Amino acid sequence: MDFGPYLLLALMEGTVMAAVLALTAVGLSLVFGVMRVVNVAHGEFFMLGAVVAWFVTHYMPGPPALAFAAALVICPLVVGGIAALSDTLILKRLNYDPEATIVATIGLSYIFQQAALTFYGPDARPVEAPFNLRLQLPWFGYSGYKIAVVLAAMLLLLAVWLLMTRTRAGLIMRATQLDRNTARAFGINVDKVYAGVFALGAGLAAVAAVLIVPIQQAHYLMGHDPLLLSFIVVIIGGLGSLRGTLLAAVIIGLSDGVISVFFSPTLAKILATLLVAMVLVFRPQGLFGAKP
Amino acid sequence: MTRAIALHLAVLALLFAAQFILPPYHHTNIARIMVLAVFAMGYNIAFGYTGLLSLGHALFFATGLYATGLGIELWGLPAAPALVLGLLAGGAIAAATGVLALRTGGVSFMIVTLMFAQAGYLTILYFGSYTRGDEGFVIARAARSLGPLDLSSDTPRYFAALILFALGLLANLALVRSRLGRAMVAMRENEERSRMLGYNPFKVKLTALVISGLYAGAAGAAYGVLFGYVGASFAAIQYSIMPLLYVLLGGAGTTLGPFLGALLMFYLIDLSSGVTTAHLFVVGAALLVLVLFAPKGILGWLRDRGAKWLP
Amino acid sequence: MTKLIGITPSRRSLLKGMAATASALALPGFVQAQSSAPIKLGFQLHRTGIGAAYGRWYERTTQAALKVLNDQGGINGRPVEVVFEDDGTDPKRGAEVVEKLASQAGCDAIFGPLFSHVVIGSAPRAGELKVPYLVCSEGYHVASGKLNRWTMQPGITDVRAQVSSMAPWVANNLGKKVTMVFPDYAFGHDHRDFFTAAIAAQGGEVIKHIAVPPTETSFTRYLPQIPRDTEVLYHVMVGPAVLTFVKELGEFYGSGARPEIFGFIDSLEAVDTAAPGLEFLEGTHFWEGHCRVKQADASEHETFYRAAVGVDDNGASVSDAKDVSTYAHMFSTWETLFLIKAGMEAAGYQGSADRQKLIEALEAMTELPESQAHPQGSKIFNGKLHQVFGRQNISKVEGGKLVRVHQTTIDETMYESDVDYTAMSF
Repeated sequence: MDFGPYLLLALMEGTVMAAVLALTAVGLSLVFGVMRVVNVAHGEFFMLGAVVAWFVTHYMPGPPALAFAAALVICPLVVGGIAALSDTLILKRLNYDPEATIVATIGLSYIFQQAALTFYGPDARPVEAPFNLRLQLPWFGYSGYKIAVVLAAMLLLLAVWLLMTRTRAGLIMRATQLDRNTARAFGINVDKVYAGVFALGAGLAAVAAVLIVPIQQAHYLMGHDPLLLSFIVVIIGGLGSLRGTLLAAVIIGLSDGVISVFFSPTLAKILATLLVAMVLVFRPQGLFGAKP
Repeated sequence: MTRAIALHLAVLALLFAAQFILPPYHHTNIARIMVLAVFAMGYNIAFGYTGLLSLGHALFFATGLYATGLGIELWGLPAAPALVLGLLAGGAIAAATGVLALRTGGVSFMIVTLMFAQAGYLTILYFGSYTRGDEGFVIARAARSLGPLDLSSDTPRYFAALILFALGLLANLALVRSRLGRAMVAMRENEERSRMLGYNPFKVKLTALVISGLYAGAAGAAYGVLFGYVGASFAAIQYSIMPLLYVLLGGAGTTLGPFLGALLMFYLIDLSSGVTTAHLFVVGAALLVLVLFAPKGILGWLRDRGAKWLP
Repeated sequence: MTKLIGITPSRRSLLKGMAATASALALPGFVQAQSSAPIKLGFQLHRTGIGAAYGRWYERTTQAALKVLNDQGGINGRPVEVVFEDDGTDPKRGAEVVEKLASQAGCDAIFGPLFSHVVIGSAPRAGELKVPYLVCSEGYHVASGKLNRWTMQPGITDVRAQVSSMAPWVANNLGKKVTMVFPDYAFGHDHRDFFTAAIAAQGGEVIKHIAVPPTETSFTRYLPQIPRDTEVLYHVMVGPAVLTFVKELGEFYGSGARPEIFGFIDSLEAVDTAAPGLEFLEGTHFWEGHCRVKQADASEHETFYRAAVGVDDNGASVSDAKDVSTYAHMFSTWETLFLIKAGMEAAGYQGSADRQKLIEALEAMTELPESQAHPQGSKIFNGKLHQVFGRQNISKVEGGKLVRVHQTTIDETMYESDVDYTAMSF
């Protein structure tokens, strides 16, 4: 393929990847930002979203688009509910101690994987996209649905931003983030806020999964990759900064495609992983975060 | 003090005697568990005593495993120097990781170690022409012997595992009672105060991590030679979580906790497979129960309830 | 008969009177007296982990074969039991499972693993325990000579034989300039090395190797690397992301010009070829170890096998048309079980002390004619290599279904090798 179209394809793929990254990482970033909790089960919330989406679209009669729309509503509710329950039953009792929380969310992720394996099975199963449109460019074809994912991701991220900056709920979350004791003194029910934020983070992962699952497939081990990628994005962007997360997603998404053109893709992944570690070591506030 | 030494010697004597009465299946299991317990002991030195929660110890274990395995298969080393190479490689990679990762702390330390381990795993895949990637390779049976001892047969293997375990356990006990051991605990309890008392936290933590890496490297090296297989799956994230699980179950910051945890967890999974196929659930539930109800593990719980002399 | 398996003499005397499992092994008289007792076989099963989609069908196929076997009177008139034990598709647990099946459950032989790393991780232990370990993996590990006397692959042809035998047809019918897309680890490297050599022997050439890291979940950005003068695109992918790969390939070429496509069915095992997004597969070719869709000339044995396992004419479960089987591989567990029967009967197998005789009996086998025991077709077993060779199929997608267009001979699958397991000690 000539260089021009090649670059075009790499850019398109990079944009889709950036959207996917931003979508999966935003929930993790939110949870870390407000609760100072590293949620290792985040990838499994993503997986649960995809699996529930399969159930919804599989058993719902009518056109695929309608079933898909239903999945977009049902999945985040179900997964958010599970997350709120996990928070109340487990994380709260650990008093959100960072290390204990990590161990507990590792435990949760095993349990979620087993639940998916038992009730859904070991197969990778496709979920039909709400519409089947292929863009035929002169040099190559491209999935129209992928473009739709980019648009949906932008809308969703905009909604999260509005929620955080323009609503009372966002104000309460930011207040809790700044100082939970003072927030409590002002009559904020911190327990409820935490459960809500944890559910919101998981729900965002689930929405991301529903949007992405027609591109990939639902599989009980699919949570591992989004988790690592989300970690990378959130760290590079600066832990807890939404704007940083978005910026990092765009940079990583776009550069990933280009790097793997010049290097062996496995080598590219090694370098990316080491880069993340180095950022944490030498610039713990992230590439885009301000010095604390 | 002497009670503690007597207890450790009794455990070792029991393990020595066990080989004569155990049925064959459990005989090999205990040999495996002793080697894995050495790995967990190393983990405990970093996590239990020094407070360094690493999610990357699979890297140290796999480095020992591969240094020994490649030493034998590629360079034709005899088993003894290959094992030493594995031990040293484990320590060296821990030192390299520590120099960077110890600049951070807490959650960042976990993620940095996790990322290093992931990079290590990918590196094994990347050099697939030497490592045979995920598929791994078999260490030839002829190479698996120490002098007259054929480590691929059951009795010498058990004996070798026991020796390694005994050395690890006694060294651990000595370490805990040493000045360095107390400095490590001081790091865990209050890093700032220990700094004011004149300790250099970075140096103490790095030393602890290197010792931890030596243990993990030795365990990986021994696992390769005793059981004959080297593969990339040992570098995957599950093998970083495994020693954490063992230590939490047995009791973090206790010398015998890692062994107890490895023993119980191994049999929990093994026996549960007769009842349910949901192993993942068993592991997950064990982690949750521990962290919620017994954050100090079994021996920690005992220590809180009277047995204060448990080291 | 008094030779004890896996236990050193010094401890043997102490073992008497121990748990029943141990004593069944330790007391030969007991085994003799129980000559009508069931023969126990262990199955190392990928029930969880990355191989679980295969494991589910391997278990079903084995259960079906077991029922047929016992209905026909078992082995040497004794009923047969199969003990299934999950290995989590993990090599460490795999070795422990071999131990458990052999030493604790007292199985006479172990069979069934698919994934190469589990096979390679478990084989040393099987060799030490001196228990026959019959793998159903299609990897080249056994025939490479790196394993041991107790490990063999009598139920499925290895990857080297598969790719070498099909290269002539690919070169003569699809094209000589090939681009290969394969996973960047050992299984993919075997494809790369053996197919590249085989196509060169046909006067063809692999013009580009595209290695994809096994952790990848999106593939579109690899596709522009396919050179424009490619005549044949060769793909083999495994793991849960395979369907994504095939779909993205379709999107990439769209309705534009595309090379001929030749894939390994591994890219689509347990996946419905009529799934939405796979329309572009129409007219492309696949290797199949065993034809998923029932062919017009299917033998009576094939028909019997399909019905016994519970697979419909499209290769899906009879109870759920969306539940597609791993048809191209799973026959190997069926055939391996019947080979164990043939081997045990030839060896006059009585109990675990005869395990060596079983291996020797299997090594002595050569021609395995098509039959109910070998529904995939006739095979030739090479006792020195510990590897079986059988016909390979090339199918074309026509109307969303795989229709066989070519079948190799067994001779075409054979290759020169100086590996000789029979020269190794037990």
